[in-house]
Amino acid sequence: MMDALLEVKGLHVDIPLSAGTLHAVRNVSFSVNRGQTLALVGESGCGKSLSVLAVMNLLPKKARWHAEKLLLNDEDLTSTSERNMADIRGSRMAMIFQEPMTSLNPCYTIGNQLMEALLRHQKVSRSDARDRAVFLLEKVGITAAASRLKQYPHQLSGGLRQRVMIAMGLMCGPPLIIADEPTTALDVTIQAQILALLASLQQEFEMGLILITHDLGVVARVAHRVAVMYCGLVVETGDATSLFENPLHPYTQGLLASLPIPGKTMPGEHLGSISGMVPTPIGEQHGCVFRNRCTYAFDDCSAGPVDLREVSNGRTYRCLLSPEVCAQNLAGGQSL
Amino acid sequence: MENASLSPFKEIDFPTPGQMVRRQMLRHWGFMFGGIVLVLIVALALLAPVLAPHDPYHQDLSRRVINPIWHEDGTWEHPLGTDNLGRDYLSRLMYGARISLLIGVAAMLIAGVIGTTMGVAAGYFGGRVDMVINAIITTRLALPIMLVALAVVALVGGSLEIVILVLGLMIWNRFALVMRASTQQLRSMDYVSAAKAAGCSTLRILLTEVLPNILNNLIVVATLEVTRAILIEAALSFLGMGVQPPLPSWGLMVSEAKEFMLFSPWMITIPGMAIFILVLSINLLGDGIRDVTAPESR
Amino acid sequence: MLVYTLKRLVLAVVVAVTVSFISFMILNLSGDPAAALAGADATPEEIRFIREKYGLDRPILVQYADWARRAVAGDFGESPYFNQPVKDLIGGRIGVTMTLGVCAFVFAICLAIPLGVIAAIRPNTWIDRLALTISVLGQAMPNFFTGLLLIIVLGVMLRLLPISGSSTWKHFIMPAIALGYYAVPSLMRLTRTGMLEVLSSDYIRTARAKGLRSFPVLFKHALRNAIIPMVSLAFVQFGYMLGGAFVIEIVFAVQGVGFLAVRSIERTDLPVVQAIVLLFSAIYVLMTLFSDLLNAFLDPRIRAK
Repeated sequence: MMDALLEVKGLHVDIPLSAGTLHAVRNVSFSVNRGQTLALVGESGCGKSLSVLAVMNLLPKKARWHAEKLLLNDEDLTSTSERNMADIRGSRMAMIFQEPMTSLNPCYTIGNQLMEALLRHQKVSRSDARDRAVFLLEKVGITAAASRLKQYPHQLSGGLRQRVMIAMGLMCGPPLIIADEPTTALDVTIQAQILALLASLQQEFEMGLILITHDLGVVARVAHRVAVMYCGLVVETGDATSLFENPLHPYTQGLLASLPIPGKTMPGEHLGSISGMVPTPIGEQHGCVFRNRCTYAFDDCSAGPVDLREVSNGRTYRCLLSPEVCAQNLAGGQSL
Repeated sequence: MENASLSPFKEIDFPTPGQMVRRQMLRHWGFMFGGIVLVLIVALALLAPVLAPHDPYHQDLSRRVINPIWHEDGTWEHPLGTDNLGRDYLSRLMYGARISLLIGVAAMLIAGVIGTTMGVAAGYFGGRVDMVINAIITTRLALPIMLVALAVVALVGGSLEIVILVLGLMIWNRFALVMRASTQQLRSMDYVSAAKAAGCSTLRILLTEVLPNILNNLIVVATLEVTRAILIEAALSFLGMGVQPPLPSWGLMVSEAKEFMLFSPWMITIPGMAIFILVLSINLLGDGIRDVTAPESR
Repeated sequence: MLVYTLKRLVLAVVVAVTVSFISFMILNLSGDPAAALAGADATPEEIRFIREKYGLDRPILVQYADWARRAVAGDFGESPYFNQPVKDLIGGRIGVTMTLGVCAFVFAICLAIPLGVIAAIRPNTWIDRLALTISVLGQAMPNFFTGLLLIIVLGVMLRLLPISGSSTWKHFIMPAIALGYYAVPSLMRLTRTGMLEVLSSDYIRTARAKGLRSFPVLFKHALRNAIIPMVSLAFVQFGYMLGGAFVIEIVFAVQGVGFLAVRSIERTDLPVVQAIVLLFSAIYVLMTLFSDLLNAFLDPRIRAK
């Protein structure tokens, strides 16, 4: 039996703007278990980063969030003090960010920043902290780890810096790691390496991993479960295999159709695309959030907001069409 | 079917940049306060010949050092009192505003022309031109301008025109530095490259593409330099090496009142506060303009 | 690093020399130094006599070369007013001015940095606005006026401090305040802007994600980075501040170099003025040099080059 590491239910994030309140994240729910990778997928601005920042309580000052349930190992984090959150961050859940080039303090050595992550939470000696830093640097594939400790961030390449960030996240051995687009800013060749690294580390340390990405190729490689987000809402969830084989929500179908499949997609063939633009979620929502871009929209789609429907355990989607019709649409669309 | 008009959210009208600027201007209390006070001072200065109750140069030794209206022996004929030569303080104050504003604006204009030309040239052409101009700026920055200004005025003789000229030839450094930085930023912008590619002459590019975009920086620096000129002139006149008596420069008035400051502190306080209020209003206005036109606030 | 230092040093010397040349030209060409020295009602013969006595009849470039040659050897001529070597006159007073400058600057920093940090932590709140208001008000006060007000309030009305002279440490308090407050707004804004910019950077987010609490985030991570541009600018501010020192020295009758400079200008004592101008520009140039070097030292990225 796998224990639920993180459970999020009914998460809302609002950002007040001069033109009104931006409902960036609406009623989002997801969960991660030990030893499992959950991928949060969606295009830029869909609220995936804000969701996990809310979980860590690291949102920008202007943003307001609330959730029905936010449990980390059964501890309720919805109204916990900042002091408590500071103790939790880094030790029980760690986050790795997108921009390795700027995520390290340029004025301190790698070793200093790595050891700081451990010394903050645990009463260990400096030499123990240093040993752990060297251990983890080697684990993330950095050679000559001991001498690297004395180096400054600007002396390392982007790929190396991201490995350092991963090592830093692991310093306290947290059960949950959140990686927010960890490979987006890196070269394609490095991307594969970093992903493989994350997957192997997760296996070895039996951690839960939340991987945020807009790249479905990344998802296919490493995710056990997937949650697709669109315009602040979760529109489909499920395990990776069934989601890729049988996407239900039109948006998910559109995303998958736009992926070139090596070996299958012929040169000169049209890739799928989703016409229209993501709406800005300010003010009241009228009807399904995807309807202005959906090929299959009909009148009822404008009637009111659409709820998440459960097909089977852990498999949900947010559409009025039945699963059978969705499968038919998928088959019809593939011939495009 | 694409239903672009059927957006799930109601259509929001984001305010236009112009509307946002106007809205922020009215909301920015510093801008409003500074602007209003400055307008008042300018009006008083311009209308001084009409509004001043007395001739600021008219001495009446029988009416020396009369206290202003808030003292028991004050009189409405001289609401702000009289100085040690019997001259009406209120009138001198109003005419003093003319002097401060004139010097501030004139010196700023001279410095602005010099500094902007140098800065834009350095920023736009780069290379040798930039090196030479940088050297000139560095040398100018190393000069203790206050001392040099003092010395020049002492040697040449003090007068309104000399002060304006000396200040204008001295305080152009910030213009040059800011305009250089702004122009450098713009030089790499695509629309400048596009204009070049279209074959526009350098002068035309400078006037139509570069200048409008560095304008808001220019205005902010201009307001700063006006206050700088006003403060330097006040200090020079205070030391006797600026505007010469009997002109009612506020700095000179403070200096002339120094010997009475222990018994009649109002004599230095009134012109001193006048300098303060004028400089404050211009600074607030400049800060307001900077805040409102900064791209981040849009 | 060594090469960088040497390069900057050479540059500094070049600038100082250029400044001395320019100021020499300005001072000697603005009017007739001989006439000014001789006095308002001197006869033409007296003027001619003075001109010959002080070598003012030679071509201007020759005069400069002569002055420069002697200046390099440490001889800045003799003051016609005091009939003493300029070097001694300045030497005796430079300590006073430097003390005043340092006190003023320490006062400014002690006020500006805390204000700036506080304002940056709570931007756009009443604290921030208050700090900004204080600084804006400060910058609008002419420094001679502030000095006079301090004299009236602290010196005369409250009788807390001595109002003129420079013999005891108490004599330096009011002049230091009057000289230093003007630098507070810019230093405070520098701190605030620097902190604001740094606080929104990614490595601060990383620090908070590691679970670090506000104090180490602010002071270990943020201020360390924010201060880099600040330190160098602070040195330059010091140079600027000294430029205005002479007004304060006159107001408080502090017997420093600035006081000497003003009186010498009144007396057209050009050798003294020329030397003091060189002194101030040398100080400014040194300050910029220090600030560049300190900048390079504090930022590991520049140090590596």
